[in-house]
Amino acid sequence: MKLILHVWRQKNAQDRGRMVRYEVPGVNEHMSFLEMLDVLNQGLIEKGEDPIAFDHDCREGICGMCGFMIDGKAHGGFKGTTVCQLHMRHFKDGDELYLEPWRAAAFPVVKDLVVDRSAFDRIIAAGGFISVPTGSAPDGNAIPVRKQDADLAMDAAACIGCGACVAACPNAAAALFVGAKISHLAHLPQGQAERNRRALSMVRQMNREGFANCTNIGECEAACPKQIKLEVIAQSNADYIRAAFRERPETVVSGVG
Amino acid sequence: MEMVSNAPTGPIEKSWETHKFGLKLVSPANKRKHNIIVVGTGLAGGSAAASLGELGYNVDCFCFQDSPRRAHSIAAQGGINAAKNYHNDGDSVYRLFYDTVKGGDFRSREANVYRLAQVSVNIIDQCVAQGVPFAREYGGLLDNRSFGGAQVSRTFYARGQTGQQLLLGAYQALERQVGLGTVKMYPRTEMLDLIVIDGRARGIVTRSLCDGKLSVHFGDAVVLATGGYGNVFYLSTNAKGSNATAIWRAYKRGALFANPCYTQIHPTCIPHSGDYQSKLTLMSESLRNDGRIWVPKKAGDKRPPASIPEHERDYYLERRYPSFGNLVPRDIASRAAKAVCDEGRGVGETGLGVYLDFSDALKRLGRHKLDERYGNLFEMYERITGENPYEVPMRIFPATHYTMGGLWVDYNLMSTVPGLFVLGEANFSDHGANRLGASALMQGLADGYFIIPYTIGNYLASTKHEKYSEDVPAAKEAVANVNIITKKLLNANGKRTVDSYHRELGKILWEYCGMSRNAAGLKKAAGMIAELREDFWRNVRVLGSNEEFNQSLEKAGRVADFFELGELMCADALHRNESCGAHFREEYQTPEGEALRDDANYSYVAAWESQGARRPASLNKEPLVFHYVKPSQRSYK
Repeated sequence: MKLILHVWRQKNAQDRGRMVRYEVPGVNEHMSFLEMLDVLNQGLIEKGEDPIAFDHDCREGICGMCGFMIDGKAHGGFKGTTVCQLHMRHFKDGDELYLEPWRAAAFPVVKDLVVDRSAFDRIIAAGGFISVPTGSAPDGNAIPVRKQDADLAMDAAACIGCGACVAACPNAAAALFVGAKISHLAHLPQGQAERNRRALSMVRQMNREGFANCTNIGECEAACPKQIKLEVIAQSNADYIRAAFRERPETVVSGVG
Repeated sequence: MEMVSNAPTGPIEKSWETHKFGLKLVSPANKRKHNIIVVGTGLAGGSAAASLGELGYNVDCFCFQDSPRRAHSIAAQGGINAAKNYHNDGDSVYRLFYDTVKGGDFRSREANVYRLAQVSVNIIDQCVAQGVPFAREYGGLLDNRSFGGAQVSRTFYARGQTGQQLLLGAYQALERQVGLGTVKMYPRTEMLDLIVIDGRARGIVTRSLCDGKLSVHFGDAVVLATGGYGNVFYLSTNAKGSNATAIWRAYKRGALFANPCYTQIHPTCIPHSGDYQSKLTLMSESLRNDGRIWVPKKAGDKRPPASIPEHERDYYLERRYPSFGNLVPRDIASRAAKAVCDEGRGVGETGLGVYLDFSDALKRLGRHKLDERYGNLFEMYERITGENPYEVPMRIFPATHYTMGGLWVDYNLMSTVPGLFVLGEANFSDHGANRLGASALMQGLADGYFIIPYTIGNYLASTKHEKYSEDVPAAKEAVANVNIITKKLLNANGKRTVDSYHRELGKILWEYCGMSRNAAGLKKAAGMIAELREDFWRNVRVLGSNEEFNQSLEKAGRVADFFELGELMCADALHRNESCGAHFREEYQTPEGEALRDDANYSYVAAWESQGARRPASLNKEPLVFHYVKPSQRSYK
């Protein structure tokens, strides 16, 4: 089949950027979307044109590196699918598709479809962890964890940090990403000691990074390739409110660690 | 070159304890005066950087991805081994040690493997405390499964995403240190050369992948945890960015490269479907616990699987290896799959595939249980192939997955360049000629959490560290070297894309230096690679400039190194006139077609020393002595 792509081309963060039209003939239904772009890029290089930059690494849907908008939908909008795992059998001959990078003030464009998601790392650094220096852990079976809790923790921990939730959100909020980590650790007994300060620190950092507020629209849940549930946001809101009442300011100001 | 393993002697149960006590310490007040460079943020690098930061060292940590959380450890599915014996089924440190030495076909260093088995139990404790959501029983205790040929249940797992969860644990520990200021993180930054001053590793040259800027970073020690080199085959289960450049350039600066020909071909991957294929996807081998592998008995049988009656199916692993059946180690399962496909009994359009059938398991366990164990894997399979494994048997075929070879290290994980430490898949230690399932995660975390924090202190405490500026000749020379390579790639101005060269290189290696090898093929491959490499430097086309985000340029540098590494792999495979583990030389097999080792002549680690671009690498040997596990013919029958 043949596809027509309109791709956002932007040389670097300073460039204004524009949509450029490409034709991709010879697309095979077994190709992944990124393999289709590989084929396009090989052709561009042969013609002496700058290939399209896009982030990708594992191509198994787990590293979270890939992701862009296809026709305004994060990762293309197929349930539980990253763009590297999206296969061309979902498209048909003559389809015209618009590819754009994640759009969010907190994710500046690096080049073409590549954005800078380091804001996510800074949110984790602010409190998305359990403080347990190497070597200080008790036996793994010392603290039983209810299977249901372990399963709920795992559901939330499945987040791959790709940023689709932010891109899909009309507010460009990071509530699902932050909620996933807060919920993951809040479901485990090991996460209780720092539960309050974690919620406060992560939310504070999220606001500093320029992510807007969540208004419960739910686009994030629909776009999430790992199907993280909206309830993690409820969990993190509850934790945040509880922490705001319970945590003493000194503890918060003194930071983490 | 002298290689001293520094492996302790005396009773193996006590050797790590005794060795640790003999290691010098760096006082708390002095730790912050030391700068340590860690390259790579997978399980080994991430855990090392976090642990060293916790100890109080200043750590500069580098990764080429946009975030340290993306390292390819994240894709490991099945699980992590630990000798906890929580299941009362006869596991012990000694048994894990024994299984690993035997699984590696007696080509690993006993003392290292024993230590690995010992610290395996601490890893689980550490990860649980970090909040890794391991699978639990209803009683709240940790669940285990048997994995990849082990006869005990020692594998801990978090659904089919164990690597992801362990990596996120290490990543969160790392980010905590970033927040505390002990670790400075440099994402989208690639190491392109090692700076060696007065014979010691003292820094690295990096390129920012965003704007091409080269930087010099000095450290009192350099830790490489940059993963394996499986992408030399182009098609592999590795992430697209995984590369050998850091360890290869260290090799060119004097670190020895050990056992490059030991590359693991994983038996359960989704078969490849066309020329555009960019990578192969692994299906966790935990699937072999419940799936049964078969092909038609008749060659060329193209009937759909459901129309092939039971008596016309060949469950070849169960037939050939009745006691281990579908759970034989990876090298054996892969070769057996290749053998039936070579006989024309392969399935699928290409004939390069075998069935992995869950219909019996479905009857025995029911859909719910199977979903719980493999739900996400079945989904992934269906997403890629468009087939539902509950209805049609999966098709699988072997693919390059892991590299046991890597930079040579001593018991302290230090390479032959003092001050250069190598962890995880990037080093050669522990797995011998074949790695057992669920042992890569274990080794990466053992190296990073529990070994390097001790051994690096000993090096730092026993060495004097002058401060250098960027004017030091070795740094200037390294920067100039990187510039030369970059200019050469950009100025070749040829006709062929980097990917097309990489693909061709991969095909040569897969054909002649893959699942089975022979002398004539290896010689031929070495010649073909050399020729292709020459052509690459003349005729490659890399567009754009250095001073921008340039993915073609990144790839070109990595492929240039893969060419040289590929040649060394062939040389190593050719020199090793025996079959062992994943290295199967057709000339050396038993009458039943199993690997035939030659312990009298090849019971050593082959460590190759670079002699510069124009001369072949020279061979150094570290003899392997087995005091505990007596080498025997591996038998899984």
